Amino acid sequence: MYSNAYIFRYASIMVILVAAILTSVALVLKPYQEHNRRVEKISDILSAAGLEADASNAVEVYEQSIIEELAIDLSGEVVAIYKDGGLAQGEVRAFDIDVKVVMDEIAKGGKPLLPLFHMRAADNSEVFVIPVRGKGLWGPSWGNIALAPDYTTVIGVSFDHKGETPGLGAETNTTEFESQFLGKKILDESGNFTSIKVVKGGVANSSDVPLQHGVDAISGGTITSNGLSAMVEDCLKNYVPFIQKRKAL
Amino acid sequence: MSADTPKKEALFSAKNRRLLFNPLNKENPITVQVLGICSALAVTVKLEPAVVMAISVTLVTAFSNLSISLLRNTIPPRIRIIVQLVVIAMLVILVDEVLKAFYYDVSKQLSVFVGLIITNCIIMGRLEAFAMGNKPWPSFLDGIGNGVGYGWILIVVGLFREFFGSGTIWNFPVMEKLGVYNFGYKDNGLMILPPMALILVGVIIWIQRARNRELIEENK
Repeated sequence: MYSNAYIFRYASIMVILVAAILTSVALVLKPYQEHNRRVEKISDILSAAGLEADASNAVEVYEQSIIEELAIDLSGEVVAIYKDGGLAQGEVRAFDIDVKVVMDEIAKGGKPLLPLFHMRAADNSEVFVIPVRGKGLWGPSWGNIALAPDYTTVIGVSFDHKGETPGLGAETNTTEFESQFLGKKILDESGNFTSIKVVKGGVANSSDVPLQHGVDAISGGTITSNGLSAMVEDCLKNYVPFIQKRKAL
Repeated sequence: MSADTPKKEALFSAKNRRLLFNPLNKENPITVQVLGICSALAVTVKLEPAVVMAISVTLVTAFSNLSISLLRNTIPPRIRIIVQLVVIAMLVILVDEVLKAFYYDVSKQLSVFVGLIITNCIIMGRLEAFAMGNKPWPSFLDGIGNGVGYGWILIVVGLFREFFGSGTIWNFPVMEKLGVYNFGYKDNGLMILPPMALILVGVIIWIQRARNRELIEENK
């Protein structure tokens, strides 16, 4: 029979020992894990901009193709510029802005800074990559939208999600779905923001969404598709003041 | 470990070999004891996560069996379940951290299921049933055996689901190379959904019982 004192001693020593082991392992592995997360973010941005890279050379390709990282406020003013490996203006590096935090703050009525990546694509043309984040059916979904220098035409997107239904909602991260966004426009002829809708039943059959502002939804993935529509609209609309200002120049 | 191995018993004696190989077939945790089914459904869409899961579970069962067996004479019976859980949880977190650091893509695919190894009944079942009452070396073998017994089912199911569901094996586009898509072949979407894993496990159980009549329950 073990005494209560023994049991308490046993439990305390065991817990402290385990905590020490786990803490040291976590500290040792942290740099590797953070590197992985950075590479993932970079790969997503590159894939939207149409630049090919794998995990091993993503950082390199990104550094070669980035012109500047902009942090802009909700009124469309550029607050910070990061380029050539250093901050040229302001104090925030756009890459370090977490879009999830941005969207949460906007929902609460705050005024966060928005990240925008000004890059050079493979064919030497300029692209502007806007990161987006929203909800799917089962969990968060996120992505990047690359705009041509006219700030209107989509030249590439990359979407991903935490765990949408395989074969249905999960199809939103396939090239087949993403390629539908190419050439779509986020502003109408008069320059008003219209976003891009994911249309059930096909955009070609829809009477209220013009062809250049919609893509076909995925059958059986209605909630994911609607979530994606909302995500694109909610995130892009924050950039409209900036886009209007740039277009007026 | 060596101190606990009695000189009269060889490292791989017949008894120890049974501990290692029985769980692969007639004491298989999935097909005979029907444990650990949820994770078998969740991580077998593709071969790669299935293999990683198999390796992870094998490591966790082996080392938790070993640690609990080493500690078995010091563990107060009244808190033994807590002690077992802490050991399992620690090993699982270690596996999770290592995957996040070195196999990030796979770790993303496995997502919560690595953490849920903690709740895999196979592990705690082996600790309670075996490691608490046996020496470290047999316990370690028993852990490996049960982990591999669980793992090979996962890998077989993963292989079939990936091949028929996505047309690839280990992400290599086999079906495309064979050119069957040109004849109108389509990947079977049902293979990707969880119910198909259950059906495949059922098929494995069927084959196994057809070959090994000892496993068939008597009709009463």
